[in-house]
Order: sequence, then C-alpha cells, then structure tokens
Amino acid sequence: MLKLEGINKIFNEGTPDEKIALDNINLHLAPGDFVTVIGSNGAGKSTMMNMISGALTPDFGAVTIDGKEVTKLPEYKRSKFIGRVFQDPMAGTAPSMTIEENLAIAYSRNAKRGLRIGVSRGRRDFFKASLEKLGLGLENRFNAKVGLLSGGERQALSLLMATFTKPSILLLDEHTAALDPSRAELITRLTKQLVEEGNLTTLMVTHNMQQAIDLGNRLIMMDKGQIILSIDDEKKPALTIPDLMSEFEKIRGEKMNSDRALLGS
Amino acid sequence: MFTALFGSVEQGIIYAIMALGVYLTFRVLDFPDLTVDGSFVTGAATAATMIALGYNPILATLTAIVAGFIAGCMTGLLHTKGKINPLLSGILMMIALYSINLRIMGLSAENAIVKPNIPLMSADTLFSQFQGFWSNLGIDDALENFIKNTLGSQTAPSTWGTILIVLIITLIIKFIADWFLKTEVGLAIRATGDNKRMIRSFSANTDGLIVLGLGLSNALVAFSGALIAQYSKFADANMGIGMIVIGLASVIIGEAIFGTKTIFRTTIAVVAGAIIYRIIYAVALRIEWLDTSDMKLITAIIVILALVIPQWVEKRREKRRKEKRRLDRLDGQTQLMQGGNHLA
Repeated sequence: MLKLEGINKIFNEGTPDEKIALDNINLHLAPGDFVTVIGSNGAGKSTMMNMISGALTPDFGAVTIDGKEVTKLPEYKRSKFIGRVFQDPMAGTAPSMTIEENLAIAYSRNAKRGLRIGVSRGRRDFFKASLEKLGLGLENRFNAKVGLLSGGERQALSLLMATFTKPSILLLDEHTAALDPSRAELITRLTKQLVEEGNLTTLMVTHNMQQAIDLGNRLIMMDKGQIILSIDDEKKPALTIPDLMSEFEKIRGEKMNSDRALLGS
Repeated sequence: MFTALFGSVEQGIIYAIMALGVYLTFRVLDFPDLTVDGSFVTGAATAATMIALGYNPILATLTAIVAGFIAGCMTGLLHTKGKINPLLSGILMMIALYSINLRIMGLSAENAIVKPNIPLMSADTLFSQFQGFWSNLGIDDALENFIKNTLGSQTAPSTWGTILIVLIITLIIKFIADWFLKTEVGLAIRATGDNKRMIRSFSANTDGLIVLGLGLSNALVAFSGALIAQYSKFADANMGIGMIVIGLASVIIGEAIFGTKTIFRTTIAVVAGAIIYRIIYAVALRIEWLDTSDMKLITAIIVILALVIPQWVEKRREKRRKEKRRLDRLDGQTQLMQGGNHLA
C-alpha cells in the first residue's frame, strides 16, 4: 500500500547547520497495516511523515502509494489518498466555519470540487451518523463554529474528517501529544475504533511508548534519520517498554534519553 | 437635502457591489487586496470606452466584469506563482492598471493613444435604457403625486427607476455570493482564508483558489466601477483612488452594526455598510468647514477607529472579567476559611 525506497533528505546542505534528516529510509506497509513510529526528538519521524504527505520532497528516493509513484506529486494532489491528523488541534480544522461545513470540506477530498452545495440534505444525514460514532454529542452542535470546540473535540473531529472518506493511507503525527491525559485516552480509543472499522493502512508517530505498544500490529523505532528497529506483527503483542529500552541500548550502545518517551506526553 | 441623500443611497447601493468584492478578499480569503483601486477604474474605463464606441451597454458592462476578473487573477498569480507578498502584489497590479486604464480609454479616441477621462453625457447607458422602459409604466408620476399630495412633501426624487434597478442588481449579486460561498468551491475558498494547511490536506489547490477568489472579487469591483461610470456619465483615471479604504470602511461599518453571525447576514451587513458610508459622506459634505477633498482623511479615520476601538473594548472587557474572577476566588477562599473555623 505504501512504499518508501531509499529516501534521503538533508536540510541546509553545505551550511554549518547541515542536518541529515533522513538517511536511506526503506519502509513497506501492506494493506491494513497499522505501524507505530517512536524515536527521540530529531530522529526524523515528522520528516518522514512530511515526505509521505508531500509537504517535503526527498533529495533521493521514491514514494509509492497504492502502486502509484507519487514522489513528485504536489501535496494537494497527494492528499486525495492520504488522511492526516496533526499534533496541533488547531491545524486540522477551519475554526471560523461550522462543524458541518468542515465535514463537507473533508467529504469532497477525493472528488473534484464543483458548484454543488457543500452541505446538502443527503450529506447532512451521513455527517450526523458519522458524528454520532464519536459519542461526544457533536451531532447536536452541527452549526457551532469549530473554533468554539475544546482541543479534544477538535482533534476527534479532525480524526473523523481524516478517516471517513476511507483514505489509502492515514498519517497520525503525535495527534494526542497536545491533549490532557483523559482527552488523549479518548482520542486513542477513537483512533483504534476508526482504524479498525475502515481497515485503514496507518502510520502513527508518538512520543508515548505505551501508546506505541498498545496500538497497531507493527512498530518501528527511528534514530538519527534511520529506522534502527522494526518489530513485526508476530513479536509485537509480547512487546514491553523495557524490551524497547534494552533493544535501543543494544543497537546504539548508549542509554536512551527517555524521560519524555517513558512518561508519555 | 432629501434629493442629495436619495442620490447617496443610489450610489451606495452600486458601491455595495465593490464592498462585496472587498469582503471576499479581505475577510473571506484574508488577503488585503489593493488591486481594487485599479480594477474599479478598469471596469469604468472598459464600460465607458465601449459605450462611447457605440456598443450595447449590457455588453460593455459584461466586458468590464471580465476585465476585472483578469486583473484580479493577475494579482493572484503574482502572489502564488511569483511568491510576492500579498500587499505588494496588489500595489504592483494597481500601478500597472493605472497605465492600462489610460490606454483602454485611449481606444475611444481616434487622435490619441491615451485618454484621462471619457464623458458619456449623451450616450446610451444601462440606466438610460432602463429609464426608457420604466417611464412608460407611469409609476414615477403616481409616486410623485402620492408624495406631494398625501405626504405634503415639496421635493420628490425625479425617478424611482434607478434606485429600483440598482437594488435588484445588488441583491442578485448578494444572493449569488451567499450561494457561492456554500458550494464546495466556496467552502474551499473560505477554508483557504481560515486554515491553509488544513485545506491542503483535503486535496485543495490553495494557489488556484486564491487566484479564483481574487478574480471574482475584482470582477465585482469592476462591475461596480462600470455601473458608477454609467450612473455619473463619466469615467476618470483617478476615480479609483482610495477605493480599497472605502470598501474596507463599508465592510467594517456594516459588520459592526449588523453582525457577522452567518454569511447571509454578513453580506447584508456589507451592503448596508456601503449605503451608510455614502450617507455619512453626503452629510459630511454639508458641514461648512469641510471640503470634498477632506473625505479621504475622514474615511481613513473611520477605518482606523473601526480597527482600533474593538481592541480597546475587548481589552477592557477582559480586564473586567479577570477582576471579577479574582473577586469570586477571594470570596470562595474566605468562605472556605470561615467554614474551616466553624468546624474547629
């Protein structure tokens, strides 16, 4: 479903700030795979996500989605088949527009936008049914501006908007990191529910090791622009946090700077 | 006085189309587009030139709208493809249009390549054509009799036809704008002004939407210019100076008085704001120590106040809210302490 082949990216090449962000990344996701990505700050997790979404283009290497090579395709064309939820709850929705208008925008993701009315009667029923699945009562606040919702509610809405058109790939970039623990819990549960329902091929970056272990069927660990550890679906169910820490020490020969990773955020 | 105000309302309704264009860029797209000063004249110049050359006024007006659309798209391309800052893109286009407008008007003369103005005194305009149809209906005479005999007023407007036709045109534009902003493309344009990153992640080409939005906005502005030229029977290269500020003043005045709860309401507010602005203008001109040329200063002051005062009000409100919350907390603490003492 998703293939990254030999992806390289260097920022500020040839200056004192030169940074190798991605160093020969190879990754292959089969349809229905749910891969969690962990790694310390600056490991290249977000850069890898941006390569897939098209916000950045690689210096070398190829990105293939659903059998189509998309390496040179601009972000807005690629997002036809990619659903995304960002870390910042403000980023995934349009604050001065209503809940139903936001849903209508998401709904026309994989069709050409025309002069049809965005929130038609038939669509409104579908939107209502989709919102009810979240269990937050948002279906009763259809005409509320999204800017009035709490961070958790906005993130739940973003998640719904990213998934309900059944994208080929779902990218979750630390989408629970900016929320308080109980809200993060809720979004994690909804993520699980929506991904399972749609059988979505998903890549999720997280700082929270426990979340990375609880969710998904595969796990990869990144460090200094490389994928240093890949756990497949046979070994993943038995995985624990100490396992991950000792694996890291074995590979890198140094202790993991893990306060934030351990405690989660 | 009444006749002067009546004329102001007529003009205000025509300028409202320009204000709707400014609303589309300034508020919906969040793009401060200064092309307006140039594209307003482009509309007037195109319509006036074609009318002077003997074309049908409807065709002339439609051509003016297309010219405005192209001008707006150019500004959009300068910004999106040329990566030029929005304000500068508008200023560049505005200054380029100044020369272009002189050239357009030059087309109406046989012995000159540029022309600073075109009078349309005896020419056939949209309004004179409509007047021909309207006066046959005899409604003006009936209304004049009614006003003079029943209301006892000495002055009556010479015709109600103009105000009716401009009102119909402006309301049609308003309803089209309301509908458009609810279509899939319209929603995408609104989201582009609200959160570019979000709308890009839902497969919308923000560059294309910005170009389209600016094109439509300037098409409205040029339409307004074409109508004003036919209304005042005159097109002039300098008639667009300060037009963006007048547009902003209309949007801000309207929003402040009528609110922005829904799109439907906001577009009404913008139209009303444009009419109110014209009335203020007419009243200000009656003040003895003011000159016509002072109006630009007054407009600037209106816009500055309308932008600054809401910030002050919000700051004061916030301060009062904070103070109230602090008192509530203190109150709660004293009660808690009293409760504790009581238990002890």
